[in-house]
Amino acid sequence: MTQKAPAVLTGRHFMNGDVACAEGALAAGCTFFAGYPITPSTEIAERMAQRLPEVGGIYIQMEDELASMNCVLGAAWAGRRAMTATSGPGFTLMQENIGLGIITETPCVVVNVQRGGPSTGLPTLPGQADVMQAKWGSHGDYEVIAYAPASPQEMFDLTVKAFNAADTYRLPVFVLADEVVGHMTERVVIPDASAIPRAERPQPPFPPGEGLLYQPLDGALVPPMPPVGEGYAIHATGLTHDERGYPATSAEVHDRLVRRLRDKILRNADRIIEYEEYLMDDADVCVVSFGSSARSARHAVNAARKRGIRAGLLRLITVWPFPGSHIAVLSERVKAFVVAELNLGQVETQVQRFSTRPVLGAHHGGGEMLTPEAVLNAIEEAS
Amino acid sequence: MAPAERIADAHPLDRLLRSDRLPHIWCPGCGLGPIMNCYVQAMLDSSIPLERHVIVSGIGCTGRVPGYVNIDSFHTTHGRAIPFATGLKLGNPDLEVTVFSGDGDLFAIGGNHILHAARRNIDLNVICVNNFNYGMTGGQLGPTTPRGAITSTTPYGNPEEALNLVHLMAALGAVYVARWSALHVRQLERSIARAFEKRGFTFIEVLSPCPVGFGRPNELGEGLDEMRLYRLECVVDDDADLADCAIDLRAHRPLVLGEFVDIERPVYGEWEA
Repeated sequence: MTQKAPAVLTGRHFMNGDVACAEGALAAGCTFFAGYPITPSTEIAERMAQRLPEVGGIYIQMEDELASMNCVLGAAWAGRRAMTATSGPGFTLMQENIGLGIITETPCVVVNVQRGGPSTGLPTLPGQADVMQAKWGSHGDYEVIAYAPASPQEMFDLTVKAFNAADTYRLPVFVLADEVVGHMTERVVIPDASAIPRAERPQPPFPPGEGLLYQPLDGALVPPMPPVGEGYAIHATGLTHDERGYPATSAEVHDRLVRRLRDKILRNADRIIEYEEYLMDDADVCVVSFGSSARSARHAVNAARKRGIRAGLLRLITVWPFPGSHIAVLSERVKAFVVAELNLGQVETQVQRFSTRPVLGAHHGGGEMLTPEAVLNAIEEAS
Repeated sequence: MAPAERIADAHPLDRLLRSDRLPHIWCPGCGLGPIMNCYVQAMLDSSIPLERHVIVSGIGCTGRVPGYVNIDSFHTTHGRAIPFATGLKLGNPDLEVTVFSGDGDLFAIGGNHILHAARRNIDLNVICVNNFNYGMTGGQLGPTTPRGAITSTTPYGNPEEALNLVHLMAALGAVYVARWSALHVRQLERSIARAFEKRGFTFIEVLSPCPVGFGRPNELGEGLDEMRLYRLECVVDDDADLADCAIDLRAHRPLVLGEFVDIERPVYGEWEA
């Protein structure tokens, strides 16, 4: 199909986070979406169904989330920038094949617009309780990258980043949004196409028939990803495999493989991790938050300052890898942490791991946005 | 007996096999060797360049086939070969994508996917090796296990009706449906070649001996005995009523083989809205 509309809608827009996420994907060069509708992510699929044919891409609504995830993996091997979007229960169904994406080192993007759970939970209402599912949802040892947008603008920007991180490190990368940012409508500025950064997959430096396809390049811990159909005789398997890609189910090969899958993220964590600090220079109380909750946390920090409490905000832009060493450094400076999140303390336990100071939770199980008052109360208690 | 004298340095199909991985892991008497050989031969005979052929499987004994074929090959999760292959094919329509997997993988855990891929008429070839049980996991009940058969999870006999795969696939609109056995290698090779030529969703069922997992508990003898059964009991009838083509290896009723369906139907993605 010939291109009928630009992939990058350069300009100022008023759009909701789900739509901004879809536009971010298109701006990043995504030409393949396979998904299964689930609230509150559905507008991403609907926007992609509308827009992908306009830009010569492919949208397919699969029969379920397991099929969606596998279809995305196949399309990624076919050379596409591919993505799917879902919510908590669908994310759960995808987990086995997210694991396949991890072990076969397949770059793609998985958007999870979180709602309340477990199970069907609160289909139309917000939650942020998939933080640990994003990290540990599939079986086995591995590390992930998860971005947590706090605005429609970040739904756009971080979706672009997710595609670039996926290609750089060769794995499924998560956009861990929530219902509030998915359905919130705000101004979104889309830059010129030339200003959209683009990372490429590492290519084999050798012709077909030579070289080891799973040998990492130059100490980067990421092996080359040859294109399908060009004679490289790729073998990609969910089984533990050696540097040829051949199944090799020994403890030694397995340890070498999973250690590399872990280390390619952890050793590059400084390049991957992003956060934003607000009024942290002199803060006694550090509020740690992410996604929609960080907006309430920012209000609460301002309110606390008015009451004479030196509060600041550490807003996590990547929740995974977790910025543990930065929490450790901050804990030398602040008296206490408050972790504001729409779950019963998933990031709080992470902060506790790295902090030498008291850590308080400002929690809500989900169903409505975390209020600034709840965060302010915790700040006052901590100060 | 003296060791066999080496009379050839290479097998004619070596370049299409990952010979450095041989010997394979399959049991003596298994049908997978000849079936894989048919696939490889059909690829060689096809007019499609070898680098454009891609093979995808789920798991299990048949799932290991891609690991031995020296082309772009994907060994995915249990039951999910078809959606993975769908992404590959839609992502790069120049590829000739063949899903080569087992009856349990494709029709139990993967049942939902094969149903919808056939309905959509995705341009894929599916070769389903039917050995009537879950072989690699230790001979358990599968969706093609005949009623009454003994497996490690049906010690009193299978109480379930088996799926009639060719009947189902024809009903779902597959553009090419055939059934052969691992003994019918010439016919199977021709069928695979035909599937490569066809545009749309093609399905080939291949009855395969599983002497260890299924043959032994059901007193079918060794792999060769099951091959002999195919020689004695199989009839070729391209025009058979597929509703009558269910399989019961112990019933001494004809096992109907043939090319049952060869039709044209719009292929997914080939129409303008």
